Amino acid sequence: MHDLTLNPRIVEIRQNVLKKNDLLARELRKRFQNVGVYVVNLVSSPGAGKTTLLTEVLTRLGKRYRTAALVGDLATENDADRLRQSGAKVRQITTGTVCHLEAEMIERTLQDWELETFDFLFIENVGNLVCPASYDLGENQRVVLFSVTEGEDKPVKYPTIVNSADTAIITKIDLAEAVDFQRKRFYEALNEVRPGIRIHEVSARTGEGIDEWISQLEADKSAFIHSSGSL
Amino acid sequence: MHELSIAQSLVELAAEAAENSGIKKVKALFLKLGVLSGVVKEALEFSFDVVVQGTSLEGAKLIIEDVPVTIFCPNCQEERILPEPLPMRCPTCGTKTGQVLAGREMELYALEGGEENA
Repeated sequence: MHDLTLNPRIVEIRQNVLKKNDLLARELRKRFQNVGVYVVNLVSSPGAGKTTLLTEVLTRLGKRYRTAALVGDLATENDADRLRQSGAKVRQITTGTVCHLEAEMIERTLQDWELETFDFLFIENVGNLVCPASYDLGENQRVVLFSVTEGEDKPVKYPTIVNSADTAIITKIDLAEAVDFQRKRFYEALNEVRPGIRIHEVSARTGEGIDEWISQLEADKSAFIHSSGSL
Repeated sequence: MHELSIAQSLVELAAEAAENSGIKKVKALFLKLGVLSGVVKEALEFSFDVVVQGTSLEGAKLIIEDVPVTIFCPNCQEERILPEPLPMRCPTCGTKTGQVLAGREMELYALEGGEENA
């Protein structure tokens, strides 16, 4: 593109197309940091088990922390109703036809919330492994979920979202044997796309791996508070 | 498919940038699109043509430059361009790395004004 400057009618702009979203996400992140709430953005295909896992995590985490969740879907309040069973404060975001959550939706939904009354906020994105990748929601951590039934090469099929994630969670691990889940192949696929990504294996049904993930989240939160303090 | 939203943001950003740069009529938009941006080029081109109608940018051309993935290899201590988006591995020594330096961008790089701006 260097030859562009030879044309006098060409003006350099150099701005991110999603600048508005990025700026808003940055503001949100600052707000979250100021009040000390740790924010996790969950992304996966439809049916990977985000809501089931999150209900379980909120229930366990809720015994020691103040928890909240936002959940995005094209339509219905069903997921919010399910998540509420955990006792957490939950609000549904219905996007209509939009296939992902954007920072502006988060800001609007949180407007009348007193964020300082929470320790953890989970954002369950719309079930989609493509579009949510491009939109920063101001989260501290992006978690991508895959269920054992989805096929071991799925991370390679959706490199953008995997590459943008901090943690990968393998759900429905209790079914691994039944579906002949090839653990090694799956780990290899993840590492092709995002070398060094943290991996947890969980089952919301049997409870396997959930406390381990919660311990990790607690550690992440305290590391985050520690780093905020030094700012 | 979120290219329609992306195209909408692109047109808004470009219209604003054109105004700030004193460009009355935009002839072309130059966009850098990383191969890891998650955006399908053809879908974006199609969406752009739809979204641009009836705006101040109507008639402008969208010129997209694909940006390959650049990683930093911790072993070579060098930046390397990957021939393919995957695997995330140094093409020279094979070391895996998660340090992506470029290839995720979606950047309005430049605008070209029409004759009347000259």
